[in-house]
Amino acid sequence: MARILSILVGLFFTVALAWSFGKGAYTAITEPAVPTAEHEFHEHPKALHLASDGPFGKFDKQQLQRGFQIYKEVCSACHSLSHVAFRDLGQLGYSEGQVKAIAAGFQVPGTDPNTGEANTRPGMPTDYFPKPFANDIAARAANNNAIPPDLSLMTKARHDGSAYVYSLLTGYQAQPAELLKRFPDSKTPNGLHYNPYFANLNLAMAPPLTGDGQVEYGPGNPKPTVDQMAKDVAAFLVWTAEPKLEKRNQTGLVVVLFLLFATVLGYMSYRNVWASKKH
Amino acid sequence: MSFPWAQEYTPSHPFMKWVDEKLPIPRLVYNAVGGGYEVPRNLNYMWNFGFLAGLCLIIQIVTGIVMAMHYAANTAVAFDTIEQTVRDVNWGWLMRYAHANGASAFFVVIYIHIFRGFFYGSYKAPREMVWLLGVVIFLLMMATAFMGYVLPWGQMSFWGAKVITGLFGAIPFVGEPLQQWLLGGFAPDNAALNRFFSLHYLLPFVILGVVILHIWALHIPGSSNPTGVEVKSSSDTVPFYPYFVAKDGWFIGVFAILFSIMVFYLPNTLGHPDNYIPANPMSTPAHIVPEWYFWPFYAILRAFTQDFFFIPAKLMGVLAMFGAILVWFFLPWLDKSPVRSGNYRPLYKKFFLFGLIPAMAVLFYCGGAPAEEPYVMLSQLASLYYFAHFLIIIPIVSAIEKPLPLPYSITESVLGADEGSQLRPAHGATEAVHGDAAVNGA
Amino acid sequence: MAETEGVRRRDFINIAAVSAAGVAGVGIVIPLVSQMSASADVLAASSTEVDISAIQPGQAIKAIFRKQPVFVRNLTPKEIEEANAVDASSLRDPQTLAERTKEGKENWLITMGVCTHLGCVPLGAGEGEVKGEFGGYFCPCHGSSYDTAARIRKGPAPTNLEVPEYAFTSDTVVKIG
Repeated sequence: MARILSILVGLFFTVALAWSFGKGAYTAITEPAVPTAEHEFHEHPKALHLASDGPFGKFDKQQLQRGFQIYKEVCSACHSLSHVAFRDLGQLGYSEGQVKAIAAGFQVPGTDPNTGEANTRPGMPTDYFPKPFANDIAARAANNNAIPPDLSLMTKARHDGSAYVYSLLTGYQAQPAELLKRFPDSKTPNGLHYNPYFANLNLAMAPPLTGDGQVEYGPGNPKPTVDQMAKDVAAFLVWTAEPKLEKRNQTGLVVVLFLLFATVLGYMSYRNVWASKKH
Repeated sequence: MSFPWAQEYTPSHPFMKWVDEKLPIPRLVYNAVGGGYEVPRNLNYMWNFGFLAGLCLIIQIVTGIVMAMHYAANTAVAFDTIEQTVRDVNWGWLMRYAHANGASAFFVVIYIHIFRGFFYGSYKAPREMVWLLGVVIFLLMMATAFMGYVLPWGQMSFWGAKVITGLFGAIPFVGEPLQQWLLGGFAPDNAALNRFFSLHYLLPFVILGVVILHIWALHIPGSSNPTGVEVKSSSDTVPFYPYFVAKDGWFIGVFAILFSIMVFYLPNTLGHPDNYIPANPMSTPAHIVPEWYFWPFYAILRAFTQDFFFIPAKLMGVLAMFGAILVWFFLPWLDKSPVRSGNYRPLYKKFFLFGLIPAMAVLFYCGGAPAEEPYVMLSQLASLYYFAHFLIIIPIVSAIEKPLPLPYSITESVLGADEGSQLRPAHGATEAVHGDAAVNGA
Repeated sequence: MAETEGVRRRDFINIAAVSAAGVAGVGIVIPLVSQMSASADVLAASSTEVDISAIQPGQAIKAIFRKQPVFVRNLTPKEIEEANAVDASSLRDPQTLAERTKEGKENWLITMGVCTHLGCVPLGAGEGEVKGEFGGYFCPCHGSSYDTAARIRKGPAPTNLEVPEYAFTSDTVVKIG
């Protein structure tokens, strides 16, 4: 009885699935999926190698400072960095005094101590990077209806994070003629910019890194080419997203080595205990 | 409970004697994971995963209590408090990554544990209650994991909560009010986040309680073993301490190495990047997927693309998704084969290895893939096999299969027929040494 | 003889394995304990700057330092005189006013606004608040009275109000902490 009931229930589900499968297969044959421009022309990020990659990765502080310079001079006009405090910049090798000076260079929201009205004041190390726009509506209004996302977690919030940032920043190009030939309706709309590394190919952000020498790197640094600047800011955003990366790698090494040793001991002990028991 | 030859607890220290007389916890521990619990000597490494699952539960409870010390369940700050934990709290990054990857580790271990049960027939008499409690634990784990994933209030948290509670909306008549009741609103918001946090903190302790019942129920008949032959004599078993403490102990090391590699070197690999974007009720991510451990059931949900007579496709999907787990409850009565271990069931073994395992692999793969062809069609075929396997194939196979001859005893299977044969009773003596002659002989 | 050697070696391995597990246990406890101590953002906010230009003699303000009140009082010459008139060695917590202020800035008395008895906030800093019978601060919880140098004179508090670490960064700004 249980068996018959079970087979009936089984038939209910399997027939329903066969029905779905049959209809789906029929549709797949009669109406093959139409290729889209996004599907055909979207490209995977270019390879990017940073000092922080891999289990022994460490931050290249010089590069992080350059990346911070790019953020400060280029990105911060539109993008917030809301999870990073000025005090965190000490980790990039800046002295306490330098951190103070950097913080004071930013105006952060404050309160007038006499009237209680909102105003701004120079930043202190304990403050977080200020947001360039008061709210989403202001951000949208100033940026062609697109909200510039916060950058603190960008390299963890996208697949292939740092490579994605690097590719996007260096990926702006004219729309390929072949794309327009195959998908005449997919012309990049006015105000958007073609970039094959962006999921739907057209993004609102104009190319932020416009030319070599856009920023001035101090002596002892590589030339600020677009490629170099993109790499530096990608490296900086790896740090903003995962400031504990170095500590994580170092702790991991100690832990894994100790566990290997302990596990070998444990295995030997296990063999000892079972030495006289066949199993 | 246990076997007549199991050692009895004898306190070695007057203090332990004093405690044991007042509250026999030392005795309880001794009989559960000490020298008082006799275990079949032939267990293979598949039997290590129960112990590991217990360890995972402890990891999750401990790291979870820590996370709760730094978390605030409010949609305005939930995301930020997690980030702050990772960035500013001492070792907060370790706690966060251990908790997030601990959930994955728990599910890896539990899936192996469950499929061990499928292959070796661990659900069969006299261990049905162990199995039923195990399925309850699995359901509680899924609920806990789902609600935990909502807490960081990232994009996947929000849309996961919306989609999963939306499933209840598929139930006829009561669906919509039920969904609203679950969320405490029209969409996931503070009310939902707070209750999910409350329940996410509560359920692990419920799980702990059911785990205790699960172990209690196991210790009445004792552990099963790879031959599926019941324990007959003292030579079939060894005491848990030191034998299985040593074996489980060193295997914890193997687990800890793999777990540490995940936590320290690949902490975000199993997570979805979109959950590092704060929740935005106005914009859905391009490709919503649950955490990997839900993929098989998510694939089953999405496999139903057509209405079936008067039943809408969405409702069919929901029924099937829950049905896919509920069917496990009936397994002890669907599989009537008197032989437990798949090693002695040639036909069942074939269906298990070449049917169920590949079907689960396909479901895992398709559940994480976008809802496009060929993934939908593949998951339809795999789901079809899944239901056929449990509801049609197992009942029929268990009726028609001719099992291979079983070893007389565990000792014989370990030492070989020649050496072990002296343990066989003399010709004509009764076979019913431990009451499972019916099981072995049928 | 060879037999016991073998046994000893086995015992040694078992003891080593158990010890390794013990070390692992301690290693796990360290982060679990240390996560409860103050986090980096809390520690970073552990100094505060106060503008004292608007405080007239005889007035006091309450500033916030490490999430606790700190009293900044501009003492009048009379109050300074009263404080110096007391024989410090006769006090429960012997300290002179000079020891509790900065040289050349004896009129600026900066103390924590936390009663040393059980942590209540004493009265006396706000306009019109009771200053107690010694003219300094008075804790309403259990009646501790402090004098004009915020030294304990009467009541259960064991020590004077604590003077935090501070420095004048200019004539009008004090950095506390």
